[in-house]
Amino acid sequence: MVKLKGLKCRECGRKYPSSPAHICEFCFGPLEVDYDYEALRGVITRASIAAGPPSIWRYKDLLPIEGDVAVGHHVGFTPLIRSQNLAEELGVTELYIKNDSVCHPTWSFKDRVVSVAVTKAKEFGFDTVACASTGNLANSVAAHAAEARLKSYIFIPADLEQGKVLGTLVYHPTLVAVEGTYDEVNRLCSEVSDKYRWAFVNINIRPYYAEGSKTYGYEILEQLGWRAPGHIVVPCAGGSLITKIWKAIRECTALGLLERAATKMHAAQALGCGPIVTMVKNDTDVLTPVRPNTIAKSLAIGNPADGYYAYRSVKDSGGYGEHATDEEIVEGMLLLARAEGIFTETAGGVTVAVTKKLIEAGVIPRDESVVICITGNGLKTPDVLLERLETHVKIRPSLSAFDRALAELKSQSTQ
Amino acid sequence: MPVLVRIPTPLRAVTKGAGEVQAKGETVALLLDDLERQYPGLRERLVEQSGEVRRFINIYVNEEDIRFLQGNKTALKEGDQVSIVPAIAGG
Repeated sequence: MVKLKGLKCRECGRKYPSSPAHICEFCFGPLEVDYDYEALRGVITRASIAAGPPSIWRYKDLLPIEGDVAVGHHVGFTPLIRSQNLAEELGVTELYIKNDSVCHPTWSFKDRVVSVAVTKAKEFGFDTVACASTGNLANSVAAHAAEARLKSYIFIPADLEQGKVLGTLVYHPTLVAVEGTYDEVNRLCSEVSDKYRWAFVNINIRPYYAEGSKTYGYEILEQLGWRAPGHIVVPCAGGSLITKIWKAIRECTALGLLERAATKMHAAQALGCGPIVTMVKNDTDVLTPVRPNTIAKSLAIGNPADGYYAYRSVKDSGGYGEHATDEEIVEGMLLLARAEGIFTETAGGVTVAVTKKLIEAGVIPRDESVVICITGNGLKTPDVLLERLETHVKIRPSLSAFDRALAELKSQSTQ
Repeated sequence: MPVLVRIPTPLRAVTKGAGEVQAKGETVALLLDDLERQYPGLRERLVEQSGEVRRFINIYVNEEDIRFLQGNKTALKEGDQVSIVPAIAGG
């Protein structure tokens, strides 16, 4: 089935053949994959999807891959958990957690986009892949490049968390630590990509890469029994994930997989780097870049490329957004862990904190269904919790020492 | 007072393939006018009819986004380097 028509400018509609290009030469708008939806209608059904593998590749007909899948055969199809405890804590009746903190193989939703991007890079014949990253993308590109036996160059801000640095180096890429913010790393990479013929997953491969995020949305819909939830709360960095989940919902509606899509998309960002939420709150489609200052480093993009489209997804769906302070982010991480036994990174703390605020403000009514997007794993960012958590009891290996310690703990908890 | 301007790949069709060009201007706006004189058609790719820089284009003076400076009124002096960079995704 020929499903790919090529690339198309999201702004002026100009069409291009499928190639490693990401912006329109005429208006600089971003290029997007152009599918032949007419050919797909009726071919993609709930049954055809259900017959596919338990990974993102069950949606392969809606992804821009023309040949065989090259890497990441086991990416995706992560749990959608019906929450009891967190729902109770937040005071809502129907809450689900889409848990990509256990996405294979590098524990974040980035494995979805990277397996598509690296497969596409191989289709295009590149021998080197590269990216600019706040950490999760770095881990995933390095891992999938190893699997694909491609060389990789990974550019990160030099102050990244140690867990994310080691979680990249282990796959043996060339890691380039740049003294600057992510936005500065990104600008550098844009110029590097003009000079070297590499597959930069987030630059010249971006139109293909970004489509991988749609699978996060497809899975939510399928795992809910092909029902669109009332609300989805999405952490925003570059703004691509929320845009693509919204696209997934609209595609599934157009293809007849969903009956009615009345989902409100809500943007979650840190107060120290929240330009998209600021657009939503100020009701303006003009993005004002910021200099990030937040513990949520995976969301620390002050000049998000898809900020405008993220804003549009929120507005078009009737959603809203909220900022979370660093303190609220840590509280959000601890709440999710305490209530559900799920350890997420700082970005997940942002999502939980923002969900709490939106519920308390009445933006999310307590009797409507809510999905929260947990996109990364807490073991990558333990640094922020070091000062908050301590060993409860430290004793010699004797029963009497334990008895004394237990008595002391009980007296403390009754005080 | 010439300024070095870095041209991204999608614009090089207009600059006859050049990745770096020299241009003059007291401000970013005047620099864009000079670039248009040298390379007709370049300005409309970068700037909306209203005169604002297009949404998906970032202009940097000495590695600083002009939105953190004075926008297209940002002053330029000899030896400055200007980069025109399309918005890019990531995370």
